[in-house]
Amino acid sequence: MKLLALDTSTEACSAALYVNGETISRFELAPRRHAELILPMIDDVLSEAEFSLKQLDALGFGRGPGAFTGVRIATSITQGLAFATDLPVVPVSSLAALAQGTKDKADYIIAAIDARMREIYYGIYRINKQGIVELNGEEHVCSPDKVNIPESITSCYGAGTGWLHYEKILAGRSEKKLLGFDGDRYPNAIDIATLAVAAFNQGGAVPLDRILPVYLRDNVTG
Amino acid sequence: MRVLGIETSCDETGIAIYDSDQGLLAHVLYSQVDMHECYGGVVPELASRDHVRRVIPLVKTVLSDAGLKGRDIDGIAYTAGPGLIGALLVGVAVGRSLAYAWGIPAVAIHHMEAHLLAPMLEDNPPMFPFIALLVSGGHTQLVEVKQPGDYRMLGESMDDAAGEAFDKTAKLLGLGYPGGPALAKLAEQGNPARFRFPRPMTDRPGMDFSFSGLKTYALNTITTEDNDPQIKADIARAFIDAVVDTLVIKSLRAMEETGLRTLVVAGGVSANRQLRHRLGELSRQIGALVYFPRPEFCTDNGAMIAYAGFLRLQAGQQESLSFTARSRWPMEELQRVRYPGSGIASWKQDTSG
Ligand SMILES: Nc1ncnc2c1ncn2[C@@H]1O[C@H](COP(=O)(O)OP(=O)(O)OP(=O)(O)O)[C@@H](O)[C@H]1O
Ligand SMILES: [Mg+2]
Repeated sequence: MKLLALDTSTEACSAALYVNGETISRFELAPRRHAELILPMIDDVLSEAEFSLKQLDALGFGRGPGAFTGVRIATSITQGLAFATDLPVVPVSSLAALAQGTKDKADYIIAAIDARMREIYYGIYRINKQGIVELNGEEHVCSPDKVNIPESITSCYGAGTGWLHYEKILAGRSEKKLLGFDGDRYPNAIDIATLAVAAFNQGGAVPLDRILPVYLRDNVTG
Repeated sequence: MRVLGIETSCDETGIAIYDSDQGLLAHVLYSQVDMHECYGGVVPELASRDHVRRVIPLVKTVLSDAGLKGRDIDGIAYTAGPGLIGALLVGVAVGRSLAYAWGIPAVAIHHMEAHLLAPMLEDNPPMFPFIALLVSGGHTQLVEVKQPGDYRMLGESMDDAAGEAFDKTAKLLGLGYPGGPALAKLAEQGNPARFRFPRPMTDRPGMDFSFSGLKTYALNTITTEDNDPQIKADIARAFIDAVVDTLVIKSLRAMEETGLRTLVVAGGVSANRQLRHRLGELSRQIGALVYFPRPEFCTDNGAMIAYAGFLRLQAGQQESLSFTARSRWPMEELQRVRYPGSGIASWKQDTSG
């Protein structure tokens, strides 16, 4: 299995090439420089592995939520690559990628990305037996004090810039279950690749016309 | 050389394929105008969200309309500015990654350069050098065009663009958004003798424009006059006469100043019948040559981007893998393009050997 993954949904920009269990990747915290960096990163990982796009089996991309423009850059890049190569594409949640990156910290990961306007994007993830995170409930955009952590969850860990900005509120919502958090965490294409490979094996690829962003925040005309 | 052109700078997704030997092979346009209408203007985030759904399906359409496969495309051109940054980035990112995956060159196009080159797609294209009058939703500019990429700004609007003035005045007259074409239609029933609007900035030297005062003048006239359909038509007529007169006066000045006798008019407002008619008369009177794009290529479209892309790619220009989009981008920063001879016919001879 050979899969190329990319993510530009937050301040981070990353690309990763997964080849039969090994991953080559590039990652940079580079706000507003995604357009400049993403294709060179993709080209870098491919040339390091001496692969061409045509030799791949699939593509994975961070479909959001996150910064609208960034999410669209990854989506548009993926659309272009997929149309040109006919490769199947697996959209991956940027929140799931965050959770996957910290999966060993607790039974549940609360992934939260700052959504501005005093809101966060968040999702609660559980780690399955294969070591892959699965969404518990739904992804949300809401005020941090509306975050709801189900009773059944006994231990959790926080990841993402939502925790950086709303540490106290979110810790309050998680009470004693919280084992810790890392607010300086960003989605990484390495984890997009892991999740995309897992989803691909479960038939998770989508047709070209469904390579689209997931914004969560849909009221944008206010 | 076959070039795929991608335009997403505002509220229209335009895709086209231009062939250096056969001319335009296919073009499609999807307008979001209905989506933005209820907001009375373009909502940038909605525009971007729509482009990301349209570009690839429209690329598929032009390829099949032209009977081509992806491998038949030799280069990709995309509008990289000026315009709405989020909207631009969609077209730029799709275009750049497509070119990367196809292993062909890509080139970033300046939207206003593409507008002024649009008449080159017609059977009887203008010859360089010429004066370009760019009149669109966001720009009013008089440019001395020595050759493609070699531009000198002679004058521009200090406030509202001509198209913007049309749209705002149309709104005042209750004509919806964007009301430029509706205003022009209404004016055809108008009596030119009832009102006379000022010709802004024509009484002093220079080639700059100012149209925001006309909108205020229209508003004052509307509030002092009866709410009568004929009066509305008369106001529309007075407004258009003033805009057209002003554009004609300044264009004449540009021709006098530079000694050039060829005028190219492009951008959305160049679709305006009154303007085309007046400039047609003028060309007969003073022996100037006046060129317009066909009406559908006056407003935003992919064909002009594909053509501008062909010129730049043919001259060897291409983008690295790092791409950018610019909301502002002075035309004078553009690189000159080698363009042997003048007119498309001699260009073809030049490249066939
Ligand atoms: N027949 C017409 N008469 C007057 N104005 C018109 C006519 N047809 C279109 N317009 C005006 O042209 C403008 C749209 O032109 P265009 O698509 O070139 O502008 P834009 O792309 O929004 O702006 P820019 O090119 O400056 O970025 C609108 O303001 C519209 O009202
Ligand atoms: Mg335009």
